[in-house]
Amino acid sequence: MGVEGIGARALRKEDKRFITGKGRYTDDIVLPRMGYAAFVRSPHAHAKVVSIDARAALEMPGVDAVLTGDQLVADGIGNIICGWMIHSKDGSPMNMGAWRALEPEIVRHVGQAVAVVIADSQGEAKDAADAVVVEYEELPAVVDPIAAMADGAPQLHPEAANNLIFDWDIGDEAAVNAAFEQAAHVTKMEVHNNRLVPNAMEPRAAVADYNEAEEHHTLYTTSQNPHVARLVLSAFYNIAPEHKLRVIAPDVGGGFGSKIYIYPEEMVCLWASKRVGRPVKWVCDRTEAFLTDAHGRDHRSEAELALDADNKIIAFRVKTVANLGAYMSLFSSSVPTYLYATLLSGQYDIPAIHCNVKTVYTNTTPVDAYRGAGRPEATYLVERIMETAAREVGLSPADFRRKNFIRSFPHQTPVIMCYDAGDYDATLDAALKAIDYDGFAARKAEAASRGKLRGIGMSCYIEACGIAPSAAVGSLGAGVGLWESAEVRVNPVGTIEVLTGAHSHGQGHETTFAQLISERFGLDTDAVSIVHGDTDKVQFGMGTYGSRSGAVGMSAVVKALDKVEEKAKKIAAHLMEAAEGDIQIEGGELKVAGTDKKLTFTEVALAAYTAHNLPEGMEPGLKEGAFYDPTNFTFPSGTYICEVEVDPETGKTAIISFVAADDFGNIINPMIVEGQVHGGLTQGIGQALLENAAYDENGQLITASYMDYCMPRADDVPSYQLSTHVTECPGNPLGMKGCGEAGAIGSPPAVINAITDAINNNDLTMPATPEQVWQLCQGSMKMAAE
Amino acid sequence: MYETNYHRAGTLDEAASLFSKSDDPKFLSGGQTLIATMKQRLAAPSDLIDLGHVPEMHGICEDGDAIAIGATTTHSEVAASELVRSKIPGLAKLANGIGDPAVRHMGTIGGSVANNDPAADYPSALVALGATVSTNKRSLPAEDFFTGMFDTALEEDEIIVSVTFPVVEKSAYAKYPNPASRYAMAGVFVAKHKDGSVKVAVTGAGQDGVFRVAAMESALSSNWSADAVADISVSADDMMADIHGSAAYRANLVTVMAKRALEAAG
Repeated sequence: MGVEGIGARALRKEDKRFITGKGRYTDDIVLPRMGYAAFVRSPHAHAKVVSIDARAALEMPGVDAVLTGDQLVADGIGNIICGWMIHSKDGSPMNMGAWRALEPEIVRHVGQAVAVVIADSQGEAKDAADAVVVEYEELPAVVDPIAAMADGAPQLHPEAANNLIFDWDIGDEAAVNAAFEQAAHVTKMEVHNNRLVPNAMEPRAAVADYNEAEEHHTLYTTSQNPHVARLVLSAFYNIAPEHKLRVIAPDVGGGFGSKIYIYPEEMVCLWASKRVGRPVKWVCDRTEAFLTDAHGRDHRSEAELALDADNKIIAFRVKTVANLGAYMSLFSSSVPTYLYATLLSGQYDIPAIHCNVKTVYTNTTPVDAYRGAGRPEATYLVERIMETAAREVGLSPADFRRKNFIRSFPHQTPVIMCYDAGDYDATLDAALKAIDYDGFAARKAEAASRGKLRGIGMSCYIEACGIAPSAAVGSLGAGVGLWESAEVRVNPVGTIEVLTGAHSHGQGHETTFAQLISERFGLDTDAVSIVHGDTDKVQFGMGTYGSRSGAVGMSAVVKALDKVEEKAKKIAAHLMEAAEGDIQIEGGELKVAGTDKKLTFTEVALAAYTAHNLPEGMEPGLKEGAFYDPTNFTFPSGTYICEVEVDPETGKTAIISFVAADDFGNIINPMIVEGQVHGGLTQGIGQALLENAAYDENGQLITASYMDYCMPRADDVPSYQLSTHVTECPGNPLGMKGCGEAGAIGSPPAVINAITDAINNNDLTMPATPEQVWQLCQGSMKMAAE
Repeated sequence: MYETNYHRAGTLDEAASLFSKSDDPKFLSGGQTLIATMKQRLAAPSDLIDLGHVPEMHGICEDGDAIAIGATTTHSEVAASELVRSKIPGLAKLANGIGDPAVRHMGTIGGSVANNDPAADYPSALVALGATVSTNKRSLPAEDFFTGMFDTALEEDEIIVSVTFPVVEKSAYAKYPNPASRYAMAGVFVAKHKDGSVKVAVTGAGQDGVFRVAAMESALSSNWSADAVADISVSADDMMADIHGSAAYRANLVTVMAKRALEAAG
């Protein structure tokens, strides 16, 4: 492929195997004597488990065992934990209820597993799971988080009175109250952020293999962070100590956050493999995925923005209720707190912010981080109220935002974050120009002549990536540090293996990480291979989520490369009898500056391993590792503008154009970044127009298949117009910020702002279904007639 | 999927015989509903009798002033047929908009009609065009064939052999798809017959499956135009309601789709 360094649109090295069907996913792994697991799941949202009768199932062909929660508890398997401690404003720790991988007593959401069948084939396991007779005593269920907090509502966990997990505050409430007293104008609104189902293309899967002679477990699984999985399985779930547990995340087909967590099913496979004495495979089907993959979002908020007489923002007050579902998933507590309320300043200079967040148990699937994780909720709230306030005070949306932009950096917000760099005018200008904002009025008039309502809406987002400085997140309650590690192994022939704790499940690391090495040493990217996803190979790693692989993962690689380069230069200087400071690396060669003396990278690598002639006291070999702990979050930002046409007869919204002007800092591979933005925008448009996880009052998920849960398709989205503006991130060696989530974070408010502009009615909630838009058009027409 | 026995019938008689010998059999045509339902373990026939290789059930031919379409003819074959496109363009357009390309290359007219999904497209065409359904036992008019949601006049062991559509003067179909499933939330087929009569049939919206709109038909008999139906609405009381659309919304869509069908019909 040649030398393709930073900035090259290198084609993805991994695509050959993905496109030709040669990827190796968890379901492709077949082990001798392997059994298959099928779970017996609750059809009820809330019920006592009275009895489980497996006699008929055990008589069925191929059935090896039926295991229940009582056996799991008796074997000392630990409860599933939430790894981020949040304290309520009164200082009390969050109220966490017990979550068992197989529930022996009370089920709390539809689809919760109460037993597992292990059989010789998947079909036999599923047939037998149908034959397990579970007697339930139904309990009243609650799915609405506001209703769940009311006295007399059904109670999910004895630990959480009124189903309240915590009641948490951030910001200076007194300062905010004082500012509101002085306000010349206050904009108030209620904002609902709809619940989403992640829908990775590859459903979750696990193959667990226990070796009795070595007392050693191997778990192949769909994980974004195999080392974190091993840590949690070992330290909290008592599966096995870390040196007796290997976790391999092979090719993984998408995650979006949903594969960060350690779920009941994967744990049960590990435990069951030891119990039944054979490898156990489980592959989630799509219905199970809808019912058990951690959902995303689900916030209800009230927001108030205070302006002075000059339309400068003087304070922002937010109250949010976050529905966490039936149990606290691994990072669920951090999403509606430190990943959400810390972004409520947006791109704006706001002197005082206060946010209260109540998190609530309901009889629904647990909710955790999903592409953006808290930042989409914050951005939606901020950008909806910014647009609304601009309309109320009669300023153009762009002018109102400009009036309040932050323009000097670093900027300390009132909600913890210290923004390091950005140029918000630049991305706003770029987006306005790209969409020809000035020409909108003419386009609107032309659409009206065709009976269509044209609208335009913008969103100026900021988000926080590169999670995160370990000491900082530790002080905020995180149970782990969020650094990253890397190892660079130069082979004797001069090829390089980079072992990274980041995990690629669609991001293209095998290409972009190789470009980094290609840039540094002038080597062909084909001379570099990226190793990830195996706890026996990679020293450690915190995994991939929160758009951290570039800013944090690659920074660790850079640190390791620094060490490799230093040693290689010492060897080269020694061999060429030159001063170390005179050695330059260029085009795959180590040269003595100002002379024609040079050695190839391969010659130096070979010298390092033959060790026949190394500097006095130097160890043989050329292999270095590094850990990198970030100094700050990174802050990608940008402006998205969406232009829509609404058909008032049907309420259908067509997105005519969508422009994205992003600042991701420095970019390794523009093609891959554009792909990330395309996917993110499409997910955000999906949230705004199409997707909704809806429960009925009994806690049945009524959008549990693609017949009812509407995923965006290619014909739902336009051809995007993208541009990037670079302000370098000062916090990491490559000046990168992260691009994986921005599209999903910034786009929903742009879409909703455009539709509300088109129909001249602000009372719109996501998803903007055709019926809802049609109803609002009816209302608007009726008002106009009156 | 539960275990099932697969049989391939070579003739109609063989299909009927296999059916009579099986425990809990189902006829299989394109399988676009049945196989998906079985995969979800929501259907568990003991035996599947594949009709896809019975010669007289396949193909499209002109039959006097009508077009006969064999029951196992796929949607893509109907959509691509020069005969259908030139004689009954509304029918070709309808077939070209069913599901997605994979569904259209497997799904068949007989399977769709026999299943009578209330959101399927074909029932509206059969009723508006006044088609005749021929089975291995009898022939009956479309309006007598469709008896309610997922319900038809077919006896348990009766097999649709072909559907015959009279050639009409004008025809068109317009549907509003469910955003998620892309099934019709309201699909309206309009047909102007050679005797001057008009039929308007609606799928996707009604509580009892396909239905005709008499008020639109009479208005169009004297004035074949979109304007003629613009102010005619169906009663929301008879419409389906679900998370994708209320009865009132579906009733509105019926009028809007009728207008658009007429605009397309010219």
